[in-house]
Amino acid sequence: MAQQGPTSPVPVPTRQDASQPAPKPVREGIDLIINDKRYRHSGDKTMPLLWYLRDVLRLTGAKYGCDQGDCGFCTVIVDGKAVASCQTPMEKLTGKRVTTVEGLAGADGKLHPVQQAWIDEDAIMCGFCQPGQIMAAVDLLSRQKNPSDADIDKIGNLCRCGSYGRIRKAIKRAAGNMKDGKA
Amino acid sequence: MSGEVRLSRRRFLKYAAGTAGALVIGIGSAEALDRPPPVGLLGDAWAQVGSYLRVAADGRIYIGVRDPDNGEGTATSLARIIAEELDADWSRVIVEPLGLGIQAGNGEPRFTYGRQRSGDATSIPAAWADLRQAGALGRWLILQAAARRLGLPADQLHTENGVVIASDGRRLSYADLASAAASIDAPSTAPPLKATDAYRLIGQPAGDVDARAAVTGQLRYAGDDSTGDAVVAVLARCPYPGGSLDTADREAARKIAGVYDVIDITPEQGQLAGTAVQVPSIAVLATDTWSALAGRAALKATWKQGPSVEPSAYTLEQKALELFGDEAGAAEPSTVRNDGDVAAARKKAARALEATYFQPWIAHATAETPNCVVRLDADTSITVIAATQSPRAAYAVVQRMTGFKPEQIDIQVPRGGGGFGRRLEQDYIAEAVAVALAKKDDTVRNRPIKLLWTRDDDLAHDYYRPLAVHRLNASIDRKKAIVGWHQRMASPSMLVGRATPDNRLWQSELVPDALPAGLVPNFRSDWYPLESQLARGEWRGSPHVTPAFATESFIDEIAHSLKLNPLDFRLAMLGEGRQLPYNGRGGPLDTARLANVLKLAAEKIDWSRWLRSENGLGIACSYVFGAYVAHAIEVAPTADGIDIRRAVCVADVGRAINPLGLEAQLQGATMDALSTALNLAITVKDGKVQQTGFRDYPVSATQPLPYEVETVIVPSTAEPTGASVIGVPSAAPALANAVFRATAVRVRRLPLLRELSRLR
Repeated sequence: MAQQGPTSPVPVPTRQDASQPAPKPVREGIDLIINDKRYRHSGDKTMPLLWYLRDVLRLTGAKYGCDQGDCGFCTVIVDGKAVASCQTPMEKLTGKRVTTVEGLAGADGKLHPVQQAWIDEDAIMCGFCQPGQIMAAVDLLSRQKNPSDADIDKIGNLCRCGSYGRIRKAIKRAAGNMKDGKA
Repeated sequence: MSGEVRLSRRRFLKYAAGTAGALVIGIGSAEALDRPPPVGLLGDAWAQVGSYLRVAADGRIYIGVRDPDNGEGTATSLARIIAEELDADWSRVIVEPLGLGIQAGNGEPRFTYGRQRSGDATSIPAAWADLRQAGALGRWLILQAAARRLGLPADQLHTENGVVIASDGRRLSYADLASAAASIDAPSTAPPLKATDAYRLIGQPAGDVDARAAVTGQLRYAGDDSTGDAVVAVLARCPYPGGSLDTADREAARKIAGVYDVIDITPEQGQLAGTAVQVPSIAVLATDTWSALAGRAALKATWKQGPSVEPSAYTLEQKALELFGDEAGAAEPSTVRNDGDVAAARKKAARALEATYFQPWIAHATAETPNCVVRLDADTSITVIAATQSPRAAYAVVQRMTGFKPEQIDIQVPRGGGGFGRRLEQDYIAEAVAVALAKKDDTVRNRPIKLLWTRDDDLAHDYYRPLAVHRLNASIDRKKAIVGWHQRMASPSMLVGRATPDNRLWQSELVPDALPAGLVPNFRSDWYPLESQLARGEWRGSPHVTPAFATESFIDEIAHSLKLNPLDFRLAMLGEGRQLPYNGRGGPLDTARLANVLKLAAEKIDWSRWLRSENGLGIACSYVFGAYVAHAIEVAPTADGIDIRRAVCVADVGRAINPLGLEAQLQGATMDALSTALNLAITVKDGKVQQTGFRDYPVSATQPLPYEVETVIVPSTAEPTGASVIGVPSAAPALANAVFRATAVRVRRLPLLRELSRLR
């Protein structure tokens, strides 16, 4: 990882990392779990999760698109639900579990069925909206095993390149594979 | 070891041994002959010969792609062109984007990789012309090395998927031969290209080479660069074209936690449009984006109108109508084309028709907003990381602003989040360099600058597709043929401020050979300038786009007024298959190929329903950069508007390099063109742009877009053309023509939905 800026997270050892000395119990902060790792944010509590991810943690999978919650490029999953990270201030995330696109694949590199379906349907054009599309699809499929076209269209994430047809196919393919236990 | 093969007087291939037993092949022009080794992507020989192709001894094949990929699929298709001729194992190919190829020579910069511009659908035709040779040379050298090792003449060997196979069955992998291939003497002439019937990759579908990186969040866009401890910059910009700063509370901004500095940025005077900072602005530098945004808000900057207030669309349209006048009172236009005598044809005509079409300002709204990372080492070098469609133009800006020599400037071009012409302008790069230069002496001097545009910045400071008013007059004879066509267009040319002489300003607005030129004996095309201070630019092949809406709608109107089937009418207009002269832009135009795409589109949508269907069917066609495209669209009327039931796009692009990528381009372009025509307009009120986000500029909104775009790709062995913009021009007129059949309302003003509800 690159150098950290002055608002870098206070590193908190993960459970697997118990040999590390305990962190100094100093500043107040917001403790949360991102992609199965624990972090403490001690900066501005109103900072949106998007900028914490991108600027502080340098997890750049979630993209900036509009800062109004309209485009969905910054979609991540918080406690099992898709949210626009640009509209989610850090102060609401104490104790929450966040998954970003970087945390979707298995530790062995095995892709999530939604990621694999995106590749299989060649749904990527410029690719910029796709991390958000994928997180929104993961969220949808966690609630709906067999999403209808209407369910899919309700996601509402924008694709400026207009890859909607392939995105829809990819979601259906992923749904099929998850049901069959292929993935 | 190294060698060189001349392709022509000015172009050549070079090859050399790389580290660890690799064969490295490059392609270049005479300008780059004495290329010193700059910092190369992979070091050593790769850097010395221009980085196109590296066959590594471990079996991996590295292919460099020179043209920026902003979602057009060039990273995949250009690499496939090289891999095909090399006969490489595609599963071992690693594609790397090339930054700007630049070097010093006699004080002048030399551009190693040529044009490196992504726009006007030129990447594929240019690659077809020269990149194949690089792959072919690699295959030839490997074959010679294999012949030497096996003791067989080369003509008893053939290649297959990265392996050389001898007539006696012995096999050698490219990896084993790479090092030996680098020491083979150069052939006296360029090695032959593959027979096209032996293609294994070209013409076969291939997924995006960056797909895995994209779906795992590892694909790095410029703003994702995490090298060093970047300082984030956001700018407050003057919203009034020609305006200036009134008040700003810089101290309040500085007091925001995390804010380092506040810097006034003044545009350089006398620079060409798109090469400098657009407007006066104040940059807020901070530790992170959130703090920078808070600082920008704390500025509470207010701005003053300039000496003249930017007019609204209504004012510009009224001006256009004044300019057109009646035939006698019209102002003096630039005449773009004048065949025969349109006035005489009109006098003799059995029937005359006129229609006027209005199209608004349009923004690009790329998914990835403009942004740029600059690492300035004050006295020695600068690195710029940005999505740009023109790395050379970016270089010129950086060079002018820093005064650095070519070898001190590194322009890196990662994947871009959409281009559409926006990234042909380098203003955001100029801003980032201006900020970096301004802070070079202070406490954050050695940290990279990461400049980001918010979405409201993007919509307020785009280089917009010009607003356009078209008036069309047609003269029809007794046989129901068009014998006279007079097209007048008024628009603020995007070429103003770009060193184009006044009598050539129409060149970005109208194409002289665009149909129905060449099909109508008396044809005249005139362009009238409108005055505006809004920045203008290229938008997805724009000189083809707004004229196509007017022209293809008008042909449909003429057919209806003559009670003729618009498909039959178009085919009759095209007449016998023949070549029409078409200056540049992929010409000549083959009318048979255009008729063919029309017929295929009609067949696909079942045009026989045209007269009786409850739903409306519409059709239109276009010729763009050598590609032939037709759209057929089916629209159902609904209580409060329309529903697009089907959209068919048929394209003949010559040989399709990657049909899967081409299909995506056609689908995406059709969706964009429909979405734009249905919903989008940039409007000016009180001297400034009103739109601030996706709520008032609903780009790519999914309703009422079609469920999918059905594509047909015409099989062809003709020279390949580009793919990225060709699906745009005929989509909007096909839609308007279908809407007319569905609702009996002829929409001559875009955006369509607003106008339709006004007229119904």
